[in-house]
Amino acid sequence: MDIKILGPGCPNCQRLEAHVRQAVGELGLTAQVGKVTDVAEIMGYGLMRTPGLVVNGQVKVAGRVPALDEVKQILAAASRK
Amino acid sequence: MLNWLAEAVTYRLLGLNPSTRLAEALRFFLYDTVKVLLMLTLIIYAVAVIRSFFPPERARRLLSGRSQFLGHIAAALLGIVTPFCSCSAVPLFIGFTEAGIPLGVTFSFLISSPMVNEVALVLLWGLFGGRIALLYIATGVTVAIVAGVVIGRLRLEGWVEDYVYQIKMGETAEEKLTWTMRHERSLQFTVDLLKRIWPYVLVGIGVGAFIHGYAPQDFLVRYAGPTNPLAVPIAVAIGVPLYSNAAGTVPIVQALMEKGLPMGTALAFMMAVTALSLPEMVILRRVLKPKLIAVFVAIMTVTIIFVGYLFNAVL
Repeated sequence: MDIKILGPGCPNCQRLEAHVRQAVGELGLTAQVGKVTDVAEIMGYGLMRTPGLVVNGQVKVAGRVPALDEVKQILAAASRK
Repeated sequence: MLNWLAEAVTYRLLGLNPSTRLAEALRFFLYDTVKVLLMLTLIIYAVAVIRSFFPPERARRLLSGRSQFLGHIAAALLGIVTPFCSCSAVPLFIGFTEAGIPLGVTFSFLISSPMVNEVALVLLWGLFGGRIALLYIATGVTVAIVAGVVIGRLRLEGWVEDYVYQIKMGETAEEKLTWTMRHERSLQFTVDLLKRIWPYVLVGIGVGAFIHGYAPQDFLVRYAGPTNPLAVPIAVAIGVPLYSNAAGTVPIVQALMEKGLPMGTALAFMMAVTALSLPEMVILRRVLKPKLIAVFVAIMTVTIIFVGYLFNAVL
């Protein structure tokens, strides 16, 4: 699974990244977690709000930090596909 | 009810004499703390639910292709209801520019959004009453419109970083939200925000309570009264480094007003705190050339100082 955290590195982006890494660990997924900090690239996903969560090329979350449980649900759903 | 509670704890539970300064400061602290925290919880939640209807993508759509005049007004009003965090200022600016929204209109949005924020409103409402809170909103929106119009008239599009005009935005479908999702997200947002700001609220109310109980009644009239023409610019200068910390500053301003700080000076101070923030300038530097940031800061400073003088003169 390909996971990207979109954001310039603000505190919210770091919290989202922490949630994602914990969720990946708890679910035992094999995933690559990358960060996108370049504005042009973030905008390429159509986002105007950070942080953003992109899973397998699809924008799942924009402009908020979802709770750990929600991140787990998102990742679990994406891994079933 | 809350006052009764604060009095019961101060006078009965702790047995303090109501006429002492300590008792007065403590009663004031307890009363304000409980009231402000209750109001913050309710209003931040309510505002978050309202804001879930106005994602920035929607503001962008509503503002593109509008006439200049209506654009500024719409942008300043949308700035109130669109969720905004200064860390998203860059993508928001680019998104607006890419949609063909004029520079001045984008600025009207970028000014009103942080200035008219829910935390500042709750505290103004709770500590000063509805009239002052509405006055603050109206003034904030006016400042955002005026400053945006001025920036638009100056035709400074060339002072935006060139790469901004080359970015092409991708398409995303707007998220469909159910009421349950709005509720859950707003609740989570409220809890997160409260966790972050409560220490500032307590410190602010604590300092305010100390001033309330201990500072002499005409303490500020002599130094910062309406007769001192420098009071407004100095208040603005003090407000800038307190960036966006409305939670901690409003309770102090309230106590200072009791001791003679005039309304206009207080409003100017609050606006400097919320709208002129150094971190936000640093973030905007990524899309604006330094000259444009300087012009922006200068226009905002002049407008805010003018607001201060105006309200000192008419109120």
